[in-house]
Amino acid sequence: MTAPDAHLVRALEAVTAERAADAVLSVRGLTVRFRMRGGRSVAAVTDADFDLAAGECLALVGESGCGKSVLASALLGLLPGNAETRGTALLAAPDDAEHPTVDLLAADERTLARTVRGRRIGLVPQSPAAHLTPVRTVRAHLEETVRALTGTPRRERRAAAEAAAERAAFPAGHLDRHPHELSGGLAQRAATALALIGDAPLLLADEPTTGLDRELVDRTADELRRQADRGKALLLITHDLAAARRVADRVAVMYAGRIVEIAPAARFFGESGPRHPYARGLLDALPEREFTPIPGLPPELTDLPEGCAFAPRCAGADAACAAPPEFLAGVACHHPLGASRA
Amino acid sequence: MLELHSVTAGYDRRAPVFRDVSLTVGAGESVGLLGPSGCGKSTLARVAALLHRPDAGRVVLDGTEVRAWRHRAPRAQRTAVGVVFQQPRLSADPRLRLADLVAEPLRATGRRGEIPARLAELLPAVGLTDDLLGRRPHEVSDGQLQRACLARALVLRPRWLVCDEMTAMLDASTTAALVAAVESYRAETGAGLLAVGHDRVLLKRWCDRTVEWAGPNGAGEPVKALAGG
Repeated sequence: MTAPDAHLVRALEAVTAERAADAVLSVRGLTVRFRMRGGRSVAAVTDADFDLAAGECLALVGESGCGKSVLASALLGLLPGNAETRGTALLAAPDDAEHPTVDLLAADERTLARTVRGRRIGLVPQSPAAHLTPVRTVRAHLEETVRALTGTPRRERRAAAEAAAERAAFPAGHLDRHPHELSGGLAQRAATALALIGDAPLLLADEPTTGLDRELVDRTADELRRQADRGKALLLITHDLAAARRVADRVAVMYAGRIVEIAPAARFFGESGPRHPYARGLLDALPEREFTPIPGLPPELTDLPEGCAFAPRCAGADAACAAPPEFLAGVACHHPLGASRA
Repeated sequence: MLELHSVTAGYDRRAPVFRDVSLTVGAGESVGLLGPSGCGKSTLARVAALLHRPDAGRVVLDGTEVRAWRHRAPRAQRTAVGVVFQQPRLSADPRLRLADLVAEPLRATGRRGEIPARLAELLPAVGLTDDLLGRRPHEVSDGQLQRACLARALVLRPRWLVCDEMTAMLDASTTAALVAAVESYRAETGAGLLAVGHDRVLLKRWCDRTVEWAGPNGAGEPVKALAGG
């Protein structure tokens, strides 16, 4: 095990403490288990810790099936009935006396439905075309959401809906179209417009760019970034590293349900690169880099190894990896890259 | 050679998705077709894979003109082309276990006897482990399911492979693994490849040459022919 630089650790902890103080979302020890038939359980998310401040974008990256979307569903209270959650996820609103800090994991359905979803957390969904109601126009969606979230009087709803569309750069000429008449990019903007109506301080974007072409990915990513620049806290869940690189201030890498590294985006994508071997492997798999896959497959979440979950695929694994690594100085690994071996 | 000559295709004869497009893939060659979403590149891939009958134009597969599409195509032509689609969930029968999903083309062509040997050879090549074979699609991740869909496309040893946005839903590592599996199959068999996608960096890295499908289409501006690049 390498001894992390004591100064570095202290500096990072100070930063974390500062973040926690003005965080919009503060997640500690978030754990989700799904109970399955036959007494098995799926360890979808284990001990996730992170803070997200206003005006900041945190990208949560990892391969499909690593637990990213489950984490998002947990924050919105949208998990199925066989899920068990532990930990805390505090949603704060410092300037807002009306809305006290709420623990998203402990809140009841009534609180979540009436005060949180759409109002304090806006969701930009995956596959927006499927998120919209097929038999209703974009205008009808927007007006309904305006009515439900803001209580705008009837005669002002039309204008409010048009203003909402404009905020997400949705063209006014397409408001009377149905979802199937929209291209992927326009459907994405319609979904973003809906997410912005409640003026929620926290935006949760779950794979907002999947299936879009590069130009649309860039445009969607830039629009999300603009929301962060207007003071929203943005949690971007994605497997698209190029999109993450474009918008994120910090990157959190998830593997087999655990966050294995949190790093500033500039360092993560920059010269020194990520420190966790899995994160390094993900980056090296990009076609503009080595284009080499990480060997093997991710472990089953029903049958996680005792120690480091990445060890079976890791070139640097040794005896120490039989014990679970602690999350220290932004990385959960017994032998992080770029650190001198003690 | 896989040749498309002045092909016009779409879903409404009065408003085709594209008109008069020609494209040739040489034997053993890999060609990347790049274009923005909605430009018709997936329709072109379906025509090349004999899955969509064009309104006009000719498709010639290894010197034989294609006269029938889909299930009407003669078996020799149909099985010469393997296809992988963008969304594994939509292209896998949810009732089949992965082993049956991969073996289905062998069953459909009356070659059941070859199943055990072919599966034993193919599954390690695409990175599927034995414990996944007994599962149904809802029990595996997108990446694992797409690995099975690639194995299904390769199981009859096609001379041509059409990959329509094969990796758009996948993470970087799975993408690299699937591309490596396709390339090792091609190195072994000399199969040709038409890879359709919008990721320029990926297709430039993957293919011998890439072809740009540029310009607004469907808005009255027909694409004439594709320039090589």
